[in-house]
Amino acid sequence: MSILVNRDTKVICQGITGKAGAFHVTQCLAYGTKMVGGVSPGKGGSKSEHGLPVFNTCHDAVKQTGAGVSMIFVPAAFAADAAMEAADAGCSLVVLITEGIPTLDMVKAREFLDEKQTMLIGPNCPGIITPGECKIGIMPGYIHKQRQPGTKTVGIISRSGTLTYEAVWQCSSHGLAQSTCIGIGGDPVKGLNFIELLERFEKDPETDAIVMIGEIGGSDEEGAAAFIKKSVRKPVVAFIAGQTAPPGKRMGHAGAIISGGEGTAASKIAALKEAGVTVCDSPAKIGESIAALVAR
Amino acid sequence: MKVHEYQARQLLADAGVPVPKSQVVESVDAAIKAYSEIGGQAVVKAQVFAGGRGKAGFVKLVNSADEARKAADFMLKNRMVSPQTGAAGIAVKKLLIAAAVDIESEYYAAVVLDRAKRVPVVMVSREGGVEIEVVAHRNPDAIIKRWLHPTLGLLDFQCNQLVAALGFTDKEQMKSADAIIRGLVDVFYKYDCSLAEINPLVRTKSGQVMAIDAKMNFDDNAIFRHKVLQEMFDPTEENPMELRAKEHNLSYIALDGNIGCLVNGAGLAMATMDIIKLHGGEPANFLDVGGSVTKDGAIEAFRIILSDNKVRGILVNIFGGIAKCDTIAEALIAAAKEIGFKVPVVVRLEGTNVDRARQLLKEAALPVLIPAADLTDAAKKVCAKVA
Repeated sequence: MSILVNRDTKVICQGITGKAGAFHVTQCLAYGTKMVGGVSPGKGGSKSEHGLPVFNTCHDAVKQTGAGVSMIFVPAAFAADAAMEAADAGCSLVVLITEGIPTLDMVKAREFLDEKQTMLIGPNCPGIITPGECKIGIMPGYIHKQRQPGTKTVGIISRSGTLTYEAVWQCSSHGLAQSTCIGIGGDPVKGLNFIELLERFEKDPETDAIVMIGEIGGSDEEGAAAFIKKSVRKPVVAFIAGQTAPPGKRMGHAGAIISGGEGTAASKIAALKEAGVTVCDSPAKIGESIAALVAR
Repeated sequence: MKVHEYQARQLLADAGVPVPKSQVVESVDAAIKAYSEIGGQAVVKAQVFAGGRGKAGFVKLVNSADEARKAADFMLKNRMVSPQTGAAGIAVKKLLIAAAVDIESEYYAAVVLDRAKRVPVVMVSREGGVEIEVVAHRNPDAIIKRWLHPTLGLLDFQCNQLVAALGFTDKEQMKSADAIIRGLVDVFYKYDCSLAEINPLVRTKSGQVMAIDAKMNFDDNAIFRHKVLQEMFDPTEENPMELRAKEHNLSYIALDGNIGCLVNGAGLAMATMDIIKLHGGEPANFLDVGGSVTKDGAIEAFRIILSDNKVRGILVNIFGGIAKCDTIAEALIAAAKEIGFKVPVVVRLEGTNVDRARQLLKEAALPVLIPAADLTDAAKKVCAKVA
């Protein structure tokens, strides 16, 4: 099993005729994702370069294709509105890849999506993948390993993109499959967070262990640690990026900043260790740490 | 993005926040003229982002035109050196000349994003004039918070509660405090702030309530929609290498070590710094080339890293996803030809098009290049090379 997405998930792409959107729809289709259409205002009625139907609005796309998930590649200035449109059209999950969305736009969008009970992944994220079944996002598909009978399976949650690929690659190299991998994004205001996803992985009978990758900024990892202590029985391995980052400097991600003494790697690592999580001191040790835990 | 104190004051004043009378000047003559218009006791303040102005002698109380002239002359002719500027110090181009006020008590007011609750929060305190982190640590109950509704913003009753929490009972003072809190919240929303802070907010001996100093940070993602802020941007306050990187869609932050890093992805870039440190080295920079990096962008990245003369070795760590390993390999080969590497370059590549990348590097046979099998191997090799 997996969480959130699987082989039956039908996906539309908002921004399908843009360069990034078109490229990644091709990649998702090649991976086997059920891409069923796209949205591009003013281009409704045409076909995308992939031969998929293009609609003017999300509402049309959802009505005509029956899609439940939207993958968004709309430019930052319009991306929060695109997410709200997807929610209003009835999508149950929105995967917002776009980077650089104003934070106050996301404050409003998040409120709107919550009202519609639409789940959000991102923004500023690589997306979500259930290996062998469904890839919604920009991660390279081939590094992942699909669950086979007899293999151990991990679920991965991460605030980073390429660092997630690193973790996936290490897990696959150690013979571990992945149930689902989610990049939750590097922005300060985002959708699904560690806790909601830890909860789902804990309940998923086919996830044996969990990898969580955090970074400096905010206090989501501390919140996750408290949740793990109370409600997670599966083994958890964590890595926190930015142990050497100076305070007051934004490290690439909008959300990766130590400010006012909050958001240090040390605080996150201490909280996670206290919750019984195995925290790797090196980003190269994620795979071997989780392999050792599930082998027990 | 940050703005100068005088600019933050202007934004607040435009939003109806009472501030002391002031002028911004760029010459000694203008300073004398500004003083004569303000009169009485005034304060001359250097307009730079760096802290430690007071101790460095770049904030001065003056009581006459002659004192104003001396203070302005000193600040405009000397470089300011403080713990935040480094030994070389920084040149001062603008001075704020403001009417000095007799402060009776100091307060604090700010709006900041509460990441956990995902909404802005207004914070006020009767303990102003010190850093709010200090107050939060010493006496957290002294900070009163009201969270703003994600779409409705500040509600009237919340504003009343915040005014009451500051302890004002005089009608005029309550009115001023009300205007200050509303103005601060307006500025926060209007300009997409990540922080809008008045510290101190004061009550003067004559009973006026006003904002004395303000600090504002803006959401870099939202600058595109604020012409006012674009005009306020002061490139002389930025690290030139960081600016140059930004022009090429690279995310670069200068650090103190001697191992240059070129990485794709912010998380992996931070993790690369961490693993260097773990193996006894010190990173010279954070550098994320991003997903859609081109060959030219990557060459520029090498130029930026090499322009830091502390750099004794480079670690290239690429996990190809959207960014392709062969693009980086081509850039590395071109950079070797165009710039020339005088320091060892340890290269760790994995992911999209890695085989082609490895082939390219093998054929190029660059003597400075040291291939690494994995992340640990890469970190160990580069640390050994610079040791």
